[in-house]
Amino acid sequence: MMKLTLRNFAYSLVGIIALGALWWIASATFARDLPSPGKTWEESKVYVLQPLEKRGEMDQGIGRMAYYSLTRVAKGFLLAILIGTPLGFLLGSSNTFFRMFDPTIQVLRPISPLAWLPLGLVIFRQSEPAALFTIALCSMWPTVINTMSGVRAMPEDYRNVAKVLQLSRWKTLTKVSIPATIPYIFTGYRLSLGLAWLVIVACEMLTGTPGIGGFLWQEYNSLIYSHILMCILTIGVVGFTLDRLMGIVETRLRVV
Amino acid sequence: MSFIELKDLTMNYGTRSVLAGVHLSVDEGEFVSVVGSSASGKSTLLKIAAGLMEATRGSVTMAGEPVKEFSRKAAFVFQNYSLLPWFSALENVRLAVEGAFPDWPKKRQTDQAARYLQMVGLGAALAKRPGQLSGGMRQRVAIARAFAVEPGILFLDEPFGALDALTRSTLQQELALLCTAVERPVTALMITNSVDEAILLSDRILALSRGPGATLSPSIAVPLAKPRSANLLMHDEGAARIRVRLAEFLIGASGGNSRTRQRGDQAMGKTVPVEA
Repeated sequence: MMKLTLRNFAYSLVGIIALGALWWIASATFARDLPSPGKTWEESKVYVLQPLEKRGEMDQGIGRMAYYSLTRVAKGFLLAILIGTPLGFLLGSSNTFFRMFDPTIQVLRPISPLAWLPLGLVIFRQSEPAALFTIALCSMWPTVINTMSGVRAMPEDYRNVAKVLQLSRWKTLTKVSIPATIPYIFTGYRLSLGLAWLVIVACEMLTGTPGIGGFLWQEYNSLIYSHILMCILTIGVVGFTLDRLMGIVETRLRVV
Repeated sequence: MSFIELKDLTMNYGTRSVLAGVHLSVDEGEFVSVVGSSASGKSTLLKIAAGLMEATRGSVTMAGEPVKEFSRKAAFVFQNYSLLPWFSALENVRLAVEGAFPDWPKKRQTDQAARYLQMVGLGAALAKRPGQLSGGMRQRVAIARAFAVEPGILFLDEPFGALDALTRSTLQQELALLCTAVERPVTALMITNSVDEAILLSDRILALSRGPGATLSPSIAVPLAKPRSANLLMHDEGAARIRVRLAEFLIGASGGNSRTRQRGDQAMGKTVPVEA
């Protein structure tokens, strides 16, 4: 991870400015419907400057929208890691279990959220549980796979230590296996959270629930394109922040 | 009566024969070492004796009972410390004490752990994590962990193999003192690649021939008073004779041509005065 210094910040500004320039050129030349950066700001500043304002169900400040989405992501992500972590542990520690379930998992893994969501709607008949179902199903896999590899990568020495110290199964799990796997588990969590945030937009677009993705879709249908750009930028910034926060936790645990 | 007895142990990894008919017994209160060069199957022998690994053929009995898994009466010191890096030195030792004496109250388990860490000179480093300790200190923790469970038998797998020469000799000396300092005589089976280390600590030494299909030499008694000091052993005639005999076994067993002979010498980490 890059250190946060003034020099690094200056460097990263170059990329942002380049992107802005590209955007401006595109909107001025071939993509006439694309609002320019200046126009985007003019039209969406009310959402950014009053982020917690609520004017209507689908007309709320960007902070509120992000909050709705984040809550949904948090629930789905929690569900994903509650299922994914023990599943990964089982897959990693039992060869039989691995042989039984790994093929199924490999088939489920590449399925897009856009495919799961309708199924969720069929099963739960409501958009909210369907969204959670989709987020959990899509974001679970990195946690499962990383936890599994963590358990597998545990040095033989630790297993021997557990035997030599006469630790019970439970003690072996809590005092040896889990601590040894934690760095891997958290790498899985970070990737899962990233995926959950990716999936949320698709879920909200399809269900039309208030949130950053739902708002994006509504503004597209209302032909207010500048708001789409604002939503995209917000999604990026929030996702970046989440990843960095998890990254900090992960590095902390790696040191131990 | 022998406390632990290995009969006709044979171990194959696939088609490769590692041990071919090994007999070994250790009496109660006796410190026995097996000397061999690296990759001769020493570690395999010890792991089988301790019940951490299963032999292809042969039997291991401890106090008359067949060994199927690691015994409650035993302790094991690994070459690479094998401490749990997420626990402090005290926690590492206490966890072992808890495993050996689950009925003790927590306070007593902690006291026991602290006492043995003090015995190896780590009284001031109880709260330190393994990552904050030097290699020598980590191995002291590992030794304290082994002694703290008051084992009926102690298995030592090249306990100082990962240390630099200077630290190694210091810790050998400390272990020699520790073995005589504890209340009852230590029963131990150690494997090592250092002849001098074996002479310093053991009552009896056997040499393991180079694999494949390694076998043990007849045992050589070390009738020198304990605790011994490495300095005195350097000039001791009895020790020199033992050194020569072990060298003969180790080099002779490898076929005796000059190349393997040189390897044998290196494996012992010291030039052996074969002509003496």
